[in-house]
Amino acid sequence: MTATSNILPLFVGISLAGAFLTSIVGKKLKWLPDLMGSLTTLILLGLSLITVRIVATQGILVYSVGGWKLPIGIALVLDGLTVFMLVTVNLMAFFIAIYSINYMEKFTSKWKFYTLFLLMVAGMNGVVITGDMFNLFVFLEIASVASYALVAFGTERHELEAAFKYTVMSIVGSLFVLLGIVFLYSYTSTLNMADMANILAQKSASNITIMVSVLFIMGFGLKAALVPFHAWLPDAHPSAPAPISAMLSGVLIKSLGVYTLCRVFYNVIGINSSLSLILMVLGTLSMVIGVFLAIGQWDFKRLLAYHSISQIGYVILGIGLGTPLGMIGGLFHLFNHSVFKSLLFLNSGAVEYATGTRDLQKMGGLMTKMPITGTTSLVASMSIAGIPPFNGFWSKLIIIIACVQANRLGYAFWAVLASILTLASFMKVMKYAFFGKLREKWNKVEEVPVFMKLSMVILALICVVGGVLLIYNINEVFLKPASDVLLEGTKYADIVFKGIQ
Amino acid sequence: MSKEHDKGMSLIVKVITRLTVGLILLFGIYIVLHGHVSPGGGFAGGVIIALSFVHLMLAYGKDVALKKLPKTAMSFFESMGAILFLSIALLGFTGGYFFLNFISKGEPFRLFSAGTIPLSNIAISLKVGAGLFAIFVVLVLLKFEWEKKE
Repeated sequence: MTATSNILPLFVGISLAGAFLTSIVGKKLKWLPDLMGSLTTLILLGLSLITVRIVATQGILVYSVGGWKLPIGIALVLDGLTVFMLVTVNLMAFFIAIYSINYMEKFTSKWKFYTLFLLMVAGMNGVVITGDMFNLFVFLEIASVASYALVAFGTERHELEAAFKYTVMSIVGSLFVLLGIVFLYSYTSTLNMADMANILAQKSASNITIMVSVLFIMGFGLKAALVPFHAWLPDAHPSAPAPISAMLSGVLIKSLGVYTLCRVFYNVIGINSSLSLILMVLGTLSMVIGVFLAIGQWDFKRLLAYHSISQIGYVILGIGLGTPLGMIGGLFHLFNHSVFKSLLFLNSGAVEYATGTRDLQKMGGLMTKMPITGTTSLVASMSIAGIPPFNGFWSKLIIIIACVQANRLGYAFWAVLASILTLASFMKVMKYAFFGKLREKWNKVEEVPVFMKLSMVILALICVVGGVLLIYNINEVFLKPASDVLLEGTKYADIVFKGIQ
Repeated sequence: MSKEHDKGMSLIVKVITRLTVGLILLFGIYIVLHGHVSPGGGFAGGVIIALSFVHLMLAYGKDVALKKLPKTAMSFFESMGAILFLSIALLGFTGGYFFLNFISKGEPFRLFSAGTIPLSNIAISLKVGAGLFAIFVVLVLLKFEWEKKE
């Protein structure tokens, strides 16, 4: 327990304080919600960058909330994977908050938006940083409930319908997770993840762990929108306002779905070959079915939503492989996907802001009128399609090489096929939306305001230089510690207990 | 009877409500304040406090209840409860830990004991009471507006 570990509860505390202060004073002072949103997420981004250094120098940090010692109280754990997720979540949250300053002008009551937005960020940070099983469920619910309200933010008919569908399906997922936690608690008599991993390792394998694994795959898989559980995503993501689509697709499904799947299966229950096979098959299914469903879409945001399913498939395939290279590829793709998919959703929001339509067939030639949106969108499209030297290329390459190395050529084939189909569908987007002849009615279209441009340009820059994360020195402090946490498997428990001193 | 009492339910219900509503509110406050020594606590007490206002609304109509607790006050109390709870948690940093029970615990089973727990209960009851009543009011107002459109 050192002074630096006091940073851990701040990730939840600051975002909650921002949310409730916005809801108290934001109604009266019109300028405050924008400032609160950007400032809070900026502080969180700064803190999460500091944690990269802390973990690199001091190793894993464990914090006991309220001074209660480890197996009894709630523990917060800062390890490589947590740092990786914190940076991803807060980086996206900051740029999306900047983007919303201009974009949310067309909605009334911005303060409600920022309150819910910050609550969602608090929930995601909490899920990532907690070391306690039930605490994870509570934060999962905070983030989910905030996102239900945000999907319905426009309160049009189809938005309410999508939000209702999302709410029902997501609550079913949460109930599976809760049931799984109940079984684990009754079996191990503890809620602390590290303690739970210890006890599960001591007890011999039993049917309870298999049952719990199935429940968790259903619950967390539904949050991550893996293919048999994906039906809510193509409705919910396009209906939300663009910054929220970016947030949901960029980080919510990853921190509530992919991160929790990794943490529970690798560090608590312990991975075995059949679980790994299930993850890989689900990942490949999502990858291929997602892209086939995406290719025929004409609604810009709906197409992007189907691509989210497909790209999450890559992440799960990489992580499910279980080899060091596969882990790095999967986690790297997680980071890259959150950058370029957020950027694409922000682009679609910018197009909708300027022209008022999301139908690709009605657009055309917007590149001449909206050069910055067009260029950033081109960068993001090439990233997601895996064209060198953009970041998406490197992570897909690593995943495919990892598949070949593990002698799983079939999976490698599907990954390549899905990548080619992704390229095809984004060539369609580019051709219909930004290139081609400008239509008469878009002659008066103007480029979007400054803050929207700013956040899109910076995200596009991250797409271009994203490959540097693989350079040895940077990889050593950012990606490798994260994949090491997963590779250590259930040794996580010993490391956490050592961290508490 | 004054004009504002035209709405709502029959005279019998109104009289009974007038007699009981204060008791329900008091009982809610009792449950909150004794949260650390007897069953109950912030959430249960907050629900009972909200129910006393719901009771008033059912018997006398929405105008009377909203005069007692306006919508702005509701949203203020709700956010204030959350902020109070968070600041109690943050004040724990004075002793070195987030959520540390930094006030002296006192003698067990007395009203003034258990450190920050009664304060947290009060914060939770503000949040829950105002929040639950707000949900009820929103459902009712939405229905009124919908009927107006018909």
